[in-house]
Amino acid sequence: MPENFLTQPDEQGHWGVYGGRYVPETLMAPLEELNAAYAAVRDDETFQGEYAALLRDFSGRPTPLHYAARLSALAGGARIFLKREDLSHTGSHKINNALGQVLLARRMGKRRIIAETGAGQHGVATATVCALFGLQCVVYMGAEDVRRQRLNVFRMELLGAEVREVQAGARTLKDAINEALRDWVTNVADTYYLLGSALGPHPYPLMVRDFQSVIGREARAQFVEREAGRLPDALVACVGGGSNSIGLFHPFLGDAGVRMIGVEAGGSGDKLGEHAARFNVRGGGRPGVLQGTMSYVLQDERGQIAATHSISAGLDYPSIGPEHAFLHDVGRVEYVAASDADALAAFRTLSEQEGIIPALESAHAVAYALKLARELKPEQTLLVNLSGRGDKDVQSVADAPRPENATDRAHGETVGGVELP
Amino acid sequence: MSRIADTFARLRAEKRRGFIPFITAGDPTPDATRALIVELARAGATLIELGVPFSDPMADGPVIQRASERALRNGVGIAEVLAVIADARRETDVPIVLFSYYNPLLQFGAERLCAEARRAGVDGMLVTDLAPEEATEFAATLRAHELDLIFLVAPTSTDERLRRIAERASGFIYAVSRAGVTGVQSRSSAEAGQLVGRVRAVTELPVAVGFGISTREQVADVWRYADAAVVGSAIVAEMEKRGDAPDLVAHIGGFARGLLPP
Repeated sequence: MPENFLTQPDEQGHWGVYGGRYVPETLMAPLEELNAAYAAVRDDETFQGEYAALLRDFSGRPTPLHYAARLSALAGGARIFLKREDLSHTGSHKINNALGQVLLARRMGKRRIIAETGAGQHGVATATVCALFGLQCVVYMGAEDVRRQRLNVFRMELLGAEVREVQAGARTLKDAINEALRDWVTNVADTYYLLGSALGPHPYPLMVRDFQSVIGREARAQFVEREAGRLPDALVACVGGGSNSIGLFHPFLGDAGVRMIGVEAGGSGDKLGEHAARFNVRGGGRPGVLQGTMSYVLQDERGQIAATHSISAGLDYPSIGPEHAFLHDVGRVEYVAASDADALAAFRTLSEQEGIIPALESAHAVAYALKLARELKPEQTLLVNLSGRGDKDVQSVADAPRPENATDRAHGETVGGVELP
Repeated sequence: MSRIADTFARLRAEKRRGFIPFITAGDPTPDATRALIVELARAGATLIELGVPFSDPMADGPVIQRASERALRNGVGIAEVLAVIADARRETDVPIVLFSYYNPLLQFGAERLCAEARRAGVDGMLVTDLAPEEATEFAATLRAHELDLIFLVAPTSTDERLRRIAERASGFIYAVSRAGVTGVQSRSSAEAGQLVGRVRAVTELPVAVGFGISTREQVADVWRYADAAVVGSAIVAEMEKRGDAPDLVAHIGGFARGLLPP
């Protein structure tokens, strides 16, 4: 069975029924060209060497593996380790993908880079790498996200990028992707679309996962070295589009003893529109096609895409990467949700207990990790991907009402709950 | 022979060219859409493209995005669109093609969609984000219900892709005049003529050209090399200007007649 996880996707980018390429014809040939260009560098030593050098010298990899002693003691169960992606240059894992794709864009001779951004982390990473290589950079960002992630807008502009505010729809990540796709379809001859998550048409979900897998490869080696050859009992990561989580999970997929838990945004409630938990079937999540890929999509009964809500802009998206949809259906990864209140509480807890201010996205993973650690035994271990740092969220957290009675919760029967061999 | 194939065969026999208006179903109201179908047919439409609204129309420019939003606010989904068509069918036999994105069709269910569409009097479907690679099952369902599946080709399509698309297409081929989203453009695209030439090399199917065609001069230009011209955003923008004025249908009929070269 494990090899089944690792041999996906097929030539057309399918993981089971998920993935594929659902785009207007204008983009089909450019996607084939991108796929061919990526296939040519995937095993190319020069390219991979250049990429590894940038990760080391520009981004500061490897990122540390931190044993969170006080947090573990507070939970009173399993020992909790944090993979410190927040210490990457620009403050999140997004730089891993931006560096890889810009190297590819340069090989393809593209001088203009466009990107979408939700929380602004991918936009900042893209703007940073474009500055490094002297490329033109345009970032699409929903007006609501511009409002709640103002600091990142300023950072992108300092880095020389043009930030275009998107007023359509709910004015969040989904709407930014629509605008980026419209730009790409119009300027496809000279423009490279640097998609920031493991989403969209093939080859993006594969390519982004590959570039982010450095997280899991490093974490696995660091953990094994530190813990005398043992692997963690469970991995926990937040899932918006799903790039930080797939980057952590993928190198462990063949390790049958390692549980994996993806934490979605439970938002403020279970009703459609109140959350961004795509695997919450009662809450409106079911398979569908959005923005180039087939996956779980939050939608109404007519197939119109639903509004989503999360306190965290980076998780506020109605669909999820197709590989996650596949891993959900085969039961290899469990998916749960943490609410806005849970995330806010974890944001404060991690700050107070470990001296680390997490991104609100990552705080969702921390919230569930605290709950899971309590259920596990002290000799067990849990590895959390701390995907980004929280400077950008300080204002949102200050403005939020101080949470009372925040509870960790999982959404009923949609949680995988698989018994692994 | 399908009604679409029949229509184009007649055009060719008479050495005429076709005019294909696009409107979004349910904009401004389902009633207006029914009346507009009839009026556009009278005004000389060869075929009518009816947009089925979708919340995230990534291939559309602002004009058709806004029309979709208006239609969705009116609660118009596939069932309502089909009811409008069934109604219009009492007054016209102009071929009608549904123009949509894949997700609302998929959620309605391909089998149910095709059966009900056929019954309502739909002749074919064009699914913007469904390229032939992902269309195998959907295409088979359409075929089983004798509905045409119209595919887009674009200036970026390679000759190999054009062949692959032509093999699977029926009815006609819709050539996108330029890389971009739908929307009015003042200049005609030189790329479109070249693209139609490449399509002709791989198929006998009629070729319609759309995206950015908004004036009588542009329609005349397209008629020099293609079988039909599609006008969408220009008509939808004109409708937006009139809002729900009582003379909307007559006005749009007049506007459409004004787009036809003598």
